[in-house]
Amino acid sequence: MPQLPESKQKVKFYQTGTFTVGNRLLEQDHRTVQATIDRSNSLDSGHRACQGCGEALGARFAIDAAMRATNNQLIAANATGCLEVFTTPYPETAWSIPWIHSLFGNASAVASGIAAALKVKGRADVRVIAQGGDGGTTDIGFGCLSGTFDRNDDVLYICYNNQAYMNTGVQRSSATPAAARTATTQPVGDEPGNVFNTGKSVPLVAIAHQIPYVATASVHDLHDLELKVTKAMQIRGARYIEIFVPCPLGWGSLPGDTIKIARYAVECGMYPLIEGEYGEITAVTKIRRRVTVADYAKLQKRFAHVFKPENAHQLEQLQAIADRNIKRFDLVYREGDES
Amino acid sequence: MSKKSALQEKKPFAVTLDVGTSLLNKTGSWRTSRPVYVDRLPPCNNACPAGENIQAWLFEAEEGNYEAAWRKIMEENPFPSIMGRVCYQPCETACNRAMLDESVGINSVERFLGDQAQKYDWKIAVGKPTGKRVMVVGAGPGGLAAAYHLRRFGHAVTVFESASKAGGMLRWGIPKYRLPREKLNGEIERIEEMGVEIRLDTPVDDLKATMEEGGYDAAFLAVGAHTPKSLDIPISGNIPVIEGITLLRDVELEQTRYLKGRVVVYGGGNTAMDVARSAKRLTGFTPKVIVRRARERMAAHDFEVHEALEEVVDILNLRTIKEIKGSTFVLEKMVPDDSGRPFPTGQFEEIEGDVLVMALGQDSELGLLRNFPDIEIKWGVVSVNAGMMTGHAGIFAGGDMVPSERTVTTAIGHGKKAARNIDAWLRGEQYAPAAKHKIVTHDMLNTWYYSDAPRTIRPTLEVIRRQSGFAEVIGDLNEENALFEARRCMSCGNCFECDNCYGICPDNAITKLGPGNRFAFKYDYCKGCGMCATECPCGAIEVVPEEI
Repeated sequence: MPQLPESKQKVKFYQTGTFTVGNRLLEQDHRTVQATIDRSNSLDSGHRACQGCGEALGARFAIDAAMRATNNQLIAANATGCLEVFTTPYPETAWSIPWIHSLFGNASAVASGIAAALKVKGRADVRVIAQGGDGGTTDIGFGCLSGTFDRNDDVLYICYNNQAYMNTGVQRSSATPAAARTATTQPVGDEPGNVFNTGKSVPLVAIAHQIPYVATASVHDLHDLELKVTKAMQIRGARYIEIFVPCPLGWGSLPGDTIKIARYAVECGMYPLIEGEYGEITAVTKIRRRVTVADYAKLQKRFAHVFKPENAHQLEQLQAIADRNIKRFDLVYREGDES
Repeated sequence: MSKKSALQEKKPFAVTLDVGTSLLNKTGSWRTSRPVYVDRLPPCNNACPAGENIQAWLFEAEEGNYEAAWRKIMEENPFPSIMGRVCYQPCETACNRAMLDESVGINSVERFLGDQAQKYDWKIAVGKPTGKRVMVVGAGPGGLAAAYHLRRFGHAVTVFESASKAGGMLRWGIPKYRLPREKLNGEIERIEEMGVEIRLDTPVDDLKATMEEGGYDAAFLAVGAHTPKSLDIPISGNIPVIEGITLLRDVELEQTRYLKGRVVVYGGGNTAMDVARSAKRLTGFTPKVIVRRARERMAAHDFEVHEALEEVVDILNLRTIKEIKGSTFVLEKMVPDDSGRPFPTGQFEEIEGDVLVMALGQDSELGLLRNFPDIEIKWGVVSVNAGMMTGHAGIFAGGDMVPSERTVTTAIGHGKKAARNIDAWLRGEQYAPAAKHKIVTHDMLNTWYYSDAPRTIRPTLEVIRRQSGFAEVIGDLNEENALFEARRCMSCGNCFECDNCYGICPDNAITKLGPGNRFAFKYDYCKGCGMCATECPCGAIEVVPEEI
């Protein structure tokens, strides 16, 4: 009879493993921050994000993890954008941490300033985070961000990537994927939606700055996300984490599907989860159950036009991008890999 | 110069409101539909003929709480150690995990728990004495299950058994290689220790007389089906003809010296398989089994046929025995019509054999009911209502003597159901079973969250050792494997506190109530996005429209 690999079931099999938020069968140390009753809820109830907002979720995940990693000694600077608007309509705030609203484009510069001030005051225990959406990061705040990386300031910059300017009405950003419909890339003409071969990958640009730590994460894999934020907070110097946060309003998806869409984005290869240190890619999170780009795209109205017969080539091109990512970052388990 | 108000002094220009937390903003008012926690019916529980709450006892076993798990089983079924060996496992057939990889090995975990209980001698408490007396006829699985549950309700129970040992078909119909006798005896002894009196060698000839004589308030009948069905086959010569059920009884009593040479078994049910497998062990010759129906339509369960074939038993399907001349059996070939019913072809063939064993099924012996004209007997079995009561108030029946699937587990289910109805009837009430929840189908689950885990395969006794002895064929799981197997349960439709809803709510609108207490929604803030329901692995959250 086939023998079960004993070490494997002892260590690795706990009904849902680390795929669910918590797991009563796991040691306390291996559970997530979000599974604890005393999590800090840095971004609390009553905020005005849409139903099923991925950004609200990603921000609480990341900041709660950073709070635990820094023993609650944390200051955040926040670029203009959805996250800023829905959390702090005067006179209410949903934040339970020291929090500063910067301009749209200078969150990383403000954070660098805070870090410098703390250094002068000798407060090494207090850590600084800058955060913003993809518009404030990849476009408007790009110069300041690059400067923070260049100076290796002691700041963790977190970009919540929902792939367009959602706050102002879903305009294209340099993080908008090819073929996606936005207010400024309408699904009309021979090549509907956003133009192929445009935009940029800021995580790879950040790695090129040779800073101590860069990572991408997704709201569907909480253990992975918390691990990356915690790791980032254990390092001094400039760090960058980009979190994939689906936007039901801008993407035309069901509010209840936010996490499912994030999962499909990663598992089809469109959004690779990687880590980089000092200019090198050091780790990737492998795909667990691979899906197609069509599985991912059909949950979102912004890609509806790629399913029309006349635009079939667009879906093929999108799949080719995903396949290239899988090959480039080695995202699929091969025989002999530790699963 | 006008005096500035205190308010204007404190606030910057054009600001009139006090700052505060967003908790003042009750976003629950946005909602058009609301999530609610539900308990749904797992398919295993739904399929269990004994009504076990399988998901609940696996939940306990997952954490290594074996005694708690065992006690959960014992609320429904007093024979986990037996079940884990002889049950046909409808639960595993229904298991949703089969759609993911393979069904959970429920049966093997149950066996492990039952054996733990015998090893550590766990006991069950009896109920407070009610002063009521109930008689049970037949100490088979149905009768003993009823006696057990009736004792838990506090009634005094006397079981009348015609044979010299208790167990019914568990002892006389199921060979040792499937159910070792120390396990069977252990489960029965536990029931006896609860104060159930079992009167052996005491057949009930006239139920009315026995009830009146003993002053019993109610009776549960589970006499089983032990009278072999017969079929006339022209036989010339003096070949021994034995009833299958008699042979199995003699195997149990180790009085089978008459069984020699080439055995021919007639019949395609589980008894026929057990007879053939026993004959293989006793004679060393390969027995031949003559079955009227095609292989896929045989009455025997698949795994029994499979194990018999493994042990090298010849099964000749689509054949009937036309006549026997000396040691020559004349078989007629059959051919199935479109519906699968076999028809004779007029073509014959001959095989040689030394003994004929008839295993064509059994009837119930119901003479004890002759003084109850209001109890209806139809097609050789007793009619009962939904509460297992016969046409005569206070007399209940179950197991093989009522219309049923005639399996051990069904009989045990009947015993439990009857005991609950008898208990209610004795108190002058009507037993009302709890309403059934909606069954969980595979599409209600989010299986992405479950670890990939192949099923633990139980060790099987090597075929060569099976052919000569009566050692148990299917082996045990050890504790580690049993725990692993229990943890493969997906907990369909019942919260197992994975924290997913609590963790993934973008509005922090769920309160975690701590271990064992599950979660609660904060409807003041829940916007009704429904993500919790989509991401609940086990389908324990339902989204319902808000009344507007």
